[in-house]
Amino acid sequence: MVPLHWYLTLSAAVFMIGMFGFLTRRNIIIMFMSVELMLNAVNISLVSFSHYLQDLRGHILVFFIITVAAAEAAIGLAIIIALFRNKQTAHVDEMNEMKG
Amino acid sequence: MNSYALIPFLPLAAFVINILFGRKYLKENAHWVSIGAVAFSWVLSVMALTDVLGGNKINFDLYTWMLSGGFKVSVGFLIDQLTVVMLIVVTTCSTLIHIYSVGYMHGDSGYYRFFSYLSLFTFSMLMLVMANNFLQLYFGWEGVGLCSYFLIGYYFDKKSASDAGKKAFIVNRFGDFGFGLGIFVIFLSFGTVYYEPVFSQVGNFAEATVNFLGYDVHLMTLIALLLFCGSIGKSAQMPLHVWLPDAMEGPTPVSALIHAATMVTAGVFLVARCSPIFSLSETALMVVALTGAITSLFAATIGLVQNDLKRIIAYSTVSQLGYMFLACGVGAYTAGIFHLYTHAFFKALLFLCAGSVMHAMGGELDIQKMGGLKKYMPATYLTMLIASFSIAGVPGLAGFFSKDEILWLAYSGPSPVGKLVWLIGTLVAFLTAFYSFRLIFLTFHGKFRGTHEQEHHLHESPKTMTVPLVVLCVGAVAAGWVSIPHLLGGGAHFAEFMKPVLGHPEGHGTHAEEWLVMGISVVVGFAGIGLAYFMYMLRPELPARVTEQFSAVHRILFNKYYVDELYSFIIVRPAIWTAKNVLIGITDARIIEALVNGVPSAVAAFSSGLRKVQTGIMQHYATIMATGILIIVAVMLLR
Repeated sequence: MVPLHWYLTLSAAVFMIGMFGFLTRRNIIIMFMSVELMLNAVNISLVSFSHYLQDLRGHILVFFIITVAAAEAAIGLAIIIALFRNKQTAHVDEMNEMKG
Repeated sequence: MNSYALIPFLPLAAFVINILFGRKYLKENAHWVSIGAVAFSWVLSVMALTDVLGGNKINFDLYTWMLSGGFKVSVGFLIDQLTVVMLIVVTTCSTLIHIYSVGYMHGDSGYYRFFSYLSLFTFSMLMLVMANNFLQLYFGWEGVGLCSYFLIGYYFDKKSASDAGKKAFIVNRFGDFGFGLGIFVIFLSFGTVYYEPVFSQVGNFAEATVNFLGYDVHLMTLIALLLFCGSIGKSAQMPLHVWLPDAMEGPTPVSALIHAATMVTAGVFLVARCSPIFSLSETALMVVALTGAITSLFAATIGLVQNDLKRIIAYSTVSQLGYMFLACGVGAYTAGIFHLYTHAFFKALLFLCAGSVMHAMGGELDIQKMGGLKKYMPATYLTMLIASFSIAGVPGLAGFFSKDEILWLAYSGPSPVGKLVWLIGTLVAFLTAFYSFRLIFLTFHGKFRGTHEQEHHLHESPKTMTVPLVVLCVGAVAAGWVSIPHLLGGGAHFAEFMKPVLGHPEGHGTHAEEWLVMGISVVVGFAGIGLAYFMYMLRPELPARVTEQFSAVHRILFNKYYVDELYSFIIVRPAIWTAKNVLIGITDARIIEALVNGVPSAVAAFSSGLRKVQTGIMQHYATIMATGILIIVAVMLLR
């Protein structure tokens, strides 16, 4: 039996990897993948808590999150493609039109 | 609802219809609405007259206007003897002048506008005279002032006209300020602004004093004088008379209706309406009498030398209004109102005749450029001649009876200044006769002195103009017959009729004295006419020589005692200087603009620092977000 805190440690580690990836990388595709990592880290902790508490609602929630994440990934990739077609680059530093 | 409430509201309805639909739909038919409304008001007024003659007194509230604690004002109407006389005067003159305007204003581009203002004016004036409380009186008072402003500045593309409108409005503000204060004091002392409770309680306050600006003053004197301030402004008495001659810039029917027959007499009406208050203050009465007497003399002397047809009549109006105040000031309110009533007819007639002359002369107003008009416009000549006889006090005509009553009551009444104002009044009667006939002789007699073109154009006015002249002429002759004095075998019915409202001071003197006063006033009247005949008909070279002889006097009179220049020097120019240098230069440029521009530039400076935060780089935002979350989590864990 794997104890709960192992799962949580894994979840935290994956979340941290995703976060640092998002903050440090400049390629928009890598950043997008990092976001997915963070999302899945959260899923891991949700599932583990659900298992620990013997409550199926957590699982159900995770299914929903995965579904939404799939849709979101499709839209996100579409946006990235559109962006790339316009800017000929995937480098976020060159996309600073919102600068004040 | 009492049908008399329709008297003011019919003209209001006509105003609304004309102002909304006049420009597009009614156009040249705008007058039908206005004339119909005011004629119907006239019919109702005559019904009210018969009602009041039958001994009724009508006092009803239409609806509550405002209610706040102990303060209640309603729109309500009081129809008593005084009101009914004013109603007849206002609606009669208004109807006739509306009809006259059809001819006079024919083809004017603002035809509907003119009639809608006339209707609005009639409404306001009727609200003023029919009010049963001071606040509604004040409403009407300001309403007529507003219409006067509109109509003086009717030819608004002419600078002198729009200036004259502003002048009238601003000068009236001075007087109305006092009037407003007077109403405040009445409310403070009596706790109500309705006439009836106020007038029935005045006796309890006869000796009361009140602290005003740090002085203990007699309450009744204070109220009376403050109300009289309003009268001075509205009725163009010294020192606020300056606006009325300039008001002649408006169309002539307006001069006749507003600045001769009705609105300017509102001040006299106010004094008469508040006679219970004025009667309790000898000081106030004396002020009223002296103001009236001095103004009438002052305006009459100016009238002697003016050359502008309408301005001569305007000064004559100021002078006659002074006469009415003189009468009120010696306690003869009845005589004052009687003169108001007769004056309305002959003065409106004089103005309408002047309008008819202007019509023929193509807008020319200088009487030095007229002459010999009587053969071109006989109807105008005859009616104007009769009006002038009436104002000069020729026995039998309207002006004679009212003027004689005033002079007799001034002479014989109890007022301490009675004899003095009688003397001034008699002198003014002489001057009035003189300048009225100077006007007649220069305008209608002798040779034509204008251009050839004008002479060719001369014609009698259309029927819509001459018919009102004839009707008013009947008034100028016969209006006085309702109050033939006992001395001449009449019944003095007018005075008897007004007695319940205004009281009736009996003159204390012998018949011989009464004959003497009457005789003197008739003699000076004829002397004035005679002198004018001598100077302008028999010896036409004489006026120029007299002018030369007394050139200094002539210059002062011709320049109206330099009152306008004086006001310009002590009020207008300092005000403009202050406006330019202090208000624009300092307040506006330094303070307001500094504030207005300072606030946004401070915001801009602050935000230009702040906007550096917005780098546009996504990771910066994400870092800030992550840091924020970390801090929140840390705080939650460590707490």
